[in-house]
Amino acid sequence: MESLRIESTHKTPRVILDPENGIFEFSGRSIPEDSVGFYTPIFEWLDMYAKQPLPQTHVRFDLEYFNTSSSKNILEVLKRLEAIHLAGHEVRVTWFYDEDDEDMEETGQDYQALLNLPIELSVKVQS
Amino acid sequence: MSMTYSYYKNMQLNNIIFVYQGEVTADLVSSILQMVENKLEGEGEDRKVKKRVFNVMVECLQNVYHHLDALPPTDPSNPVRDKTALLMIGREEKDYYIITGNHILNDRLPDLKMRLDRINKASKEELKQLYQEVLTGTGFSEKGTAGLGMIDIARKSGQRLGYDFHPVNERYSFFSLEARVSRIAEK
Repeated sequence: MESLRIESTHKTPRVILDPENGIFEFSGRSIPEDSVGFYTPIFEWLDMYAKQPLPQTHVRFDLEYFNTSSSKNILEVLKRLEAIHLAGHEVRVTWFYDEDDEDMEETGQDYQALLNLPIELSVKVQS
Repeated sequence: MSMTYSYYKNMQLNNIIFVYQGEVTADLVSSILQMVENKLEGEGEDRKVKKRVFNVMVECLQNVYHHLDALPPTDPSNPVRDKTALLMIGREEKDYYIITGNHILNDRLPDLKMRLDRINKASKEELKQLYQEVLTGTGFSEKGTAGLGMIDIARKSGQRLGYDFHPVNERYSFFSLEARVSRIAEK
């Protein structure tokens, strides 16, 4: 299976889905008007990956901003990861936020509350 | 030209950073966001406040883009529907404010008013719950947005949303929405 790599723009995040090492990343901002259009190829990729996932998958969300239509699509991404996790494969999610960004921290807590998936909230180390 | 100075003074008095009246396109929304973000960056606003203002601005502007009702053409020789709106951002001593104004079909008015009143009555905890309910509710609204925008604006604003419906004719009203973001970053 090929990896999926999308470079970031000022409206969409960088996405790396690498089936070689099981490390996935979403970083940057996600504020497109058409968020379904952006996330659909990601859903399709994850549906393929779910058929034969690695024993361990680690997903990093390192987002600066996202709009509410992206928040629904991010939930859909997390639901697919939850399904892989519930099928008995280890999936770890790390949700990064800036120390002073309680909105992003709270959004991470929202997802924790809604899913049966280990989501670790982690303060971003300032670079 | 004699009006220029009074426009200038008026904007200055009302602490307006930015105002736009015209057609709202996806490209325009992007340009405004970028411009105001650069401005906030340049003026050394607190990072947390800046993020919140930007977030609320994204929702307010995309909300108008997705949900405004275009007016039918008034000029028969020009059959283009009127998709114009008003977008305004200002900075007062204590708050940033984001004001949008757009036409809306009167049929949609009662439902929108009900939702706004519900949001304005909700406590912080109730807004969180409402957000989670809508987030997990099935499907998107007919225009491909999650219907979460207003709730998110209220959560990030932490203040009541101001709104007004100005009757235009038997089919349309002009809907204005005001969201405020405090400049005092609470710890």
